[in-house]
Amino acid sequence: MTDTPLLKVSGVSKFYGSRIGCKDVSFDLWPGEVLAIVGESGSGKTTLLNCLSTRLMPTAGSVEYRMRDGNFRDLYHMSEAERRFLMRTDWGFVHQNPADGLRMTVSAGANVGERLMAIGDRHYGKIRETASDWLTRVEIGTDRIDDQPRAFSGGMRQRLQIARNLVTGPRLVFMDEPTGGLDVSVQARLLDLVRGLVNDLGLSAIVVTHDLAVARLLSHRMMVMKDGHVIEHGLTDRVLDDPREPYTQLLVSSILQV
Amino acid sequence: MATPLVVSEVFKSFTMHLRDGIKLPVVNDVNFSVASGECVVLGGPSGIGKSSILKMLYGNYAVDAGQILVDHKDRLVDIARADPRTVLDVRRHTLGYVSQFLRTVPRVSALDVVAEPLVARGIAAPEARGKAAELLGKLNLPQELWTLPPATFSGGEQQRVNIARGFITSHRILLLDEPTASLDAINRRVVVDMIADKKREGVALLGIFHDEEVREAVADRVLDVSQFSPRKAVAA
Repeated sequence: MTDTPLLKVSGVSKFYGSRIGCKDVSFDLWPGEVLAIVGESGSGKTTLLNCLSTRLMPTAGSVEYRMRDGNFRDLYHMSEAERRFLMRTDWGFVHQNPADGLRMTVSAGANVGERLMAIGDRHYGKIRETASDWLTRVEIGTDRIDDQPRAFSGGMRQRLQIARNLVTGPRLVFMDEPTGGLDVSVQARLLDLVRGLVNDLGLSAIVVTHDLAVARLLSHRMMVMKDGHVIEHGLTDRVLDDPREPYTQLLVSSILQV
Repeated sequence: MATPLVVSEVFKSFTMHLRDGIKLPVVNDVNFSVASGECVVLGGPSGIGKSSILKMLYGNYAVDAGQILVDHKDRLVDIARADPRTVLDVRRHTLGYVSQFLRTVPRVSALDVVAEPLVARGIAAPEARGKAAELLGKLNLPQELWTLPPATFSGGEQQRVNIARGFITSHRILLLDEPTASLDAINRRVVVDMIADKKREGVALLGIFHDEEVREAVADRVLDVSQFSPRKAVAA
């Protein structure tokens, strides 16, 4: 176990006027750890995710990230250029709708290669080789490398988005409902893939989901949100097997058994 | 070397908020320890809290009060208070658990399900798979099933995958929740032998066995859980 967290979040709040987006959220994320944020629509989970990933400026609080040199930097005291560089290299962001994370009118290979070019790769042959390797890892046939994602199914687009994010070897990946809107069979495949990649690469991840089965399968630790507040937080098994808060009990008891 | 597992003054209840907040007491004032090389069997009728005790020890259930001390990497960790990261590290290296049912993961083969705890400890995949194959062979799981995901296996087949997964590591403490419930006589004996091996290696075992023959064969002592039952006053 390493003794330094990767991300230190303290007192993060976001208000939309007088409405609460999320309120006073604090936690540490450790290397290799997957944290699930669960809750129903409007509970503030996506607001929180956006505040953590610099996509949305929080009203209060701080988010510190341990850079590759070992120093912690407050994300909101960095320059815009530094933040963008971090987003393109050391971080990934997987959107619920792949169209938000992909460029739909350039080829699959270019979608993956673009992030490599952002970190300075210039050798076309090598970029293409890496892109083709990543397509294989996310189970997309390499004969599709020149096709545009417009021609891909929803599940393939989501896998392509994952490849695009992971190609630069990020240390932290944010995922917003990564399996939302996919068929269950496609979901299972994607989950298995994400689970394997996270284990193999030792990534840290923060996954927003309303699906408790996804949280059980992917995450080590879980935060339950309601009305912008974190109401319960703990080991994923513990939260799901022995929920303490009334709302968490309601969530867990609402799962359909098959 | 410290006693691997010491449980003291543990209390557990469930508060059912969806049922007007009624409080269901589960166990009161649980005290026991398990020594290295010893197999302690939790006894008592169904519903008395045996599985709940195992789940508290493994960190799946929260604890109202008391301590669960585990000797982890030469220091004592209180599972009742430990943060999630510590609990996961204890599970990875010190505390193993064979549940009654296998939680199947789509698309992962039986062999990889069994090998996973070793891979999580940093052992190379081929070596881990080799050990997994050895265990599945010992438990008489037909070889043609090894590369298939266990979701479609029979109850007994799934249980053998689960046992192999639990026994593959050299955890110092092993919790067993009815590992032989759906096994035939031959495989029950295999498991009894595997438990005897673990005892010889100095593993502390704590289990629930309803099968009398298995219990007789493995138990060094039986701990009657009804003594911790909050309902014992009513029953007496």
